[in-house]
Amino acid sequence: MTGGISGLCQGLVLECISIAVKGESRDLVGGLSLSVPPGQVLTIMGPSGSGKSTLLSYIAGFLDPRVFAASGRIMVGGEFIEYLPAEDRHVGILFQDPVLFPHLTVAGNLLFGLRRGRWRDRRKRQAMVSDALASAGLAGFEDRDPSTLSGGQKARVTLLRTLLSQPRALLLDEPFGKLDVALREEFRSFVFAHVRERGLPTLLVTHDPADAEAAAGVVIQLNDVVVRPSRIVETIGDGASPVAPLSMSGSRR
Amino acid sequence: MLLRLAPALTLIVLGAPIVLGLAWTVLPAFGYFPAIGGTGLTLEPWRVLFASPGFERALLLTLTTGIGTTVLALLAAVGFCAMTAHRPSVLRLRSALPPLLASPPSAMALGFAFVIMPSGWLVRLVSPWATGFDRPPIGLVTVQDPLGLSLIGGLLVKEVPYLVLMIFAASAQVPVGHTLAAARALGQRPATAWLKAVFPQIYPQIRLPVFAVLAFSLSVVDMALILAPGNPPPLAVLATRWFSNYDLSLYYPAAAAASLQLVLVVLGLLAWLAIERPIAVLGCRWIERGGRSQVTQGLTDAIGVTTVVLGGLGVIALAGMAIWSVAAAWRFPHALPDGWQLSLWRTHGDQIGTVVGTTAAIGLTAVTIAAILTLACLENEQRRSLRPGTTALWLLYLPLLVPQIAFLFGVQVVLIRLGLDGTTSAVVWVNLIFVLPYVFLSLADPFRALDPRYAASAAALGASRWRVFFAVKLPLLTRPILVACAVGFAVSVGQYLPTLFAGAGRIATLTTEAVTLSSGGDRRILGIYAVLQTGVPLLAYAAALWLPLMVFRRFRGLA
Repeated sequence: MTGGISGLCQGLVLECISIAVKGESRDLVGGLSLSVPPGQVLTIMGPSGSGKSTLLSYIAGFLDPRVFAASGRIMVGGEFIEYLPAEDRHVGILFQDPVLFPHLTVAGNLLFGLRRGRWRDRRKRQAMVSDALASAGLAGFEDRDPSTLSGGQKARVTLLRTLLSQPRALLLDEPFGKLDVALREEFRSFVFAHVRERGLPTLLVTHDPADAEAAAGVVIQLNDVVVRPSRIVETIGDGASPVAPLSMSGSRR
Repeated sequence: MLLRLAPALTLIVLGAPIVLGLAWTVLPAFGYFPAIGGTGLTLEPWRVLFASPGFERALLLTLTTGIGTTVLALLAAVGFCAMTAHRPSVLRLRSALPPLLASPPSAMALGFAFVIMPSGWLVRLVSPWATGFDRPPIGLVTVQDPLGLSLIGGLLVKEVPYLVLMIFAASAQVPVGHTLAAARALGQRPATAWLKAVFPQIYPQIRLPVFAVLAFSLSVVDMALILAPGNPPPLAVLATRWFSNYDLSLYYPAAAAASLQLVLVVLGLLAWLAIERPIAVLGCRWIERGGRSQVTQGLTDAIGVTTVVLGGLGVIALAGMAIWSVAAAWRFPHALPDGWQLSLWRTHGDQIGTVVGTTAAIGLTAVTIAAILTLACLENEQRRSLRPGTTALWLLYLPLLVPQIAFLFGVQVVLIRLGLDGTTSAVVWVNLIFVLPYVFLSLADPFRALDPRYAASAAALGASRWRVFFAVKLPLLTRPILVACAVGFAVSVGQYLPTLFAGAGRIATLTTEAVTLSSGGDRRILGIYAVLQTGVPLLAYAAALWLPLMVFRRFRGLA
């Protein structure tokens, strides 16, 4: 155990999450509970259609209520957030595609997420953006058009944008999937280094075992059918409480 | 190869009348009009125009209603789309779009006038119990008001649904869901997220539609005849009035007014382009500030709700005309008719039938030609793997950007010389100028988006290119082709000025009859024409949606 109870409160906790497609009896996700301490990466694996991305949408607050029925509690940093709109949850999310806004420069994209409530001064804001870019080996990229960046550069800018918005937890929706092998490893260690450095509780969804291995955390297998509470407790292993404390001894199936 | 000639032919069909028409409008504006004795070049027509009573006010009215409508229409459409970004339930209101889009401007203007006039539906609904009026209030001017507000309102009801549709269509090119999710994960409220992250990506694609709205609002004639003040009227109405006067010497100042109309539209478009850049810079500043103000969210919601109310007024306006057409007597302040009748439909049946027949014949012919030319151009483009450029798009939009009044008079001059004025074929051709762009624009996307593997598989099975076209592409595209035809048909039914000029006033369609009757006719007969003006295009839409279902009902993949 690295986090302890206080660490868990700072982390990301899911309690009994169930998601179903409306009008279908079978649950996409059934009674899933888990917790991720700050700075750790929990990996969820499963074939496509197993509801991995849907789970992330629910946590981030984008689940379409017309299509899905979902329940369960989500706690980030000791606060329940499932009733909040997406923009107030402070949960960062990275998708498989970079989703950089093509109408803004690289700096414009980073400034977009930099909260005005916290940093008002224009020069200070620009300095923060330049520092972030420099830290990622992208010094001088401020005025570039995002569409002229390479795949790896786009991926890094997207992560920087999310980090600058000061999220309290990070969701990764197969963000390495479209990068080629060499880039993938490089970007992966870039992401995980930032996660550790900032102590972000992180949930990674992937179908690539190499991702899970690199994350060096607990791995949960979402099978094609249903994840039941009993099964999760069994998987994670530490007792009967619905929120099972995680042992961070490495990945297991 | 005939197919290779398709783009050139299309260009001639569209371009020749516009170029010749413009020339024969601009030349008389400088005094050159041999047919009635003008052989020298002079500035006299302009002096007459500038000196005509109320000219300055007419000019001002044209500018305020035209530019005001465009700015408000864009705001309303954007507000509505931003609002639907987080209230998907509002999207159900989309079902109100087809009638609003299909109804011709003049029908909408007639209905809108009845809703807002002092003796109209809105006042009736609150009278006499709330207002105490048991006769229409005198001194209250709500239609044809001197500021042109009722014209702006009527134009908005017509133009906002069009812009909303264009924004929806352009949204298909942008990963809206992911973009919104990314912006909201970065802390933006939904409507603001749409404004900051989605709209700037869409704007370049709706620029031409916005320009079409600007050109239309600056130079509209039929709606202005019904809703704009008469003395002085907007410039385009003034020109139309002089053109149709018996005094031939008025042709010169009329041509000058029509040419000035063209100048206004060109200047308007240039001004719009000029302020786009500074607004974009300010917009980027706003986006990069990273603010999360609730004010924008509230403001967009307010605009969105106003837009919904406006659309509601449009639907009510159409319903009002439908009720008039079957009303026996409908005295103020009653909210519903005192009695009902169908006798007017019967007694005017023959006459109405003829007019409907003429309207449908002109529309169907124009649409058929437009569809053939469009498909030929698109097939040619695909066979020669051409990439559609922006120039082609601007050329297609040309008929929607050049004010009708600025070239239709010239077209009439040319038609008279050819001895073709007042013939049905002339009317069809002039209708085609406006039908073709809409058919092309609605059909191009589905045609280009058709999965190329269908054609490739067919070719691999040994089918010739023509067989692929007729046996694979056309059947697969049945629905979009029919929908494009329905759109074109609705456009044709709505044309007023083209039918009036090319038909030399001798060919009566639903729209020309409705506008003619609008000044002082029996409101119940007016109701009949307005209902048919909307109903006939709506029937075409319904047929376009229903036919493929019937033909392909055995194939789930097509239906």
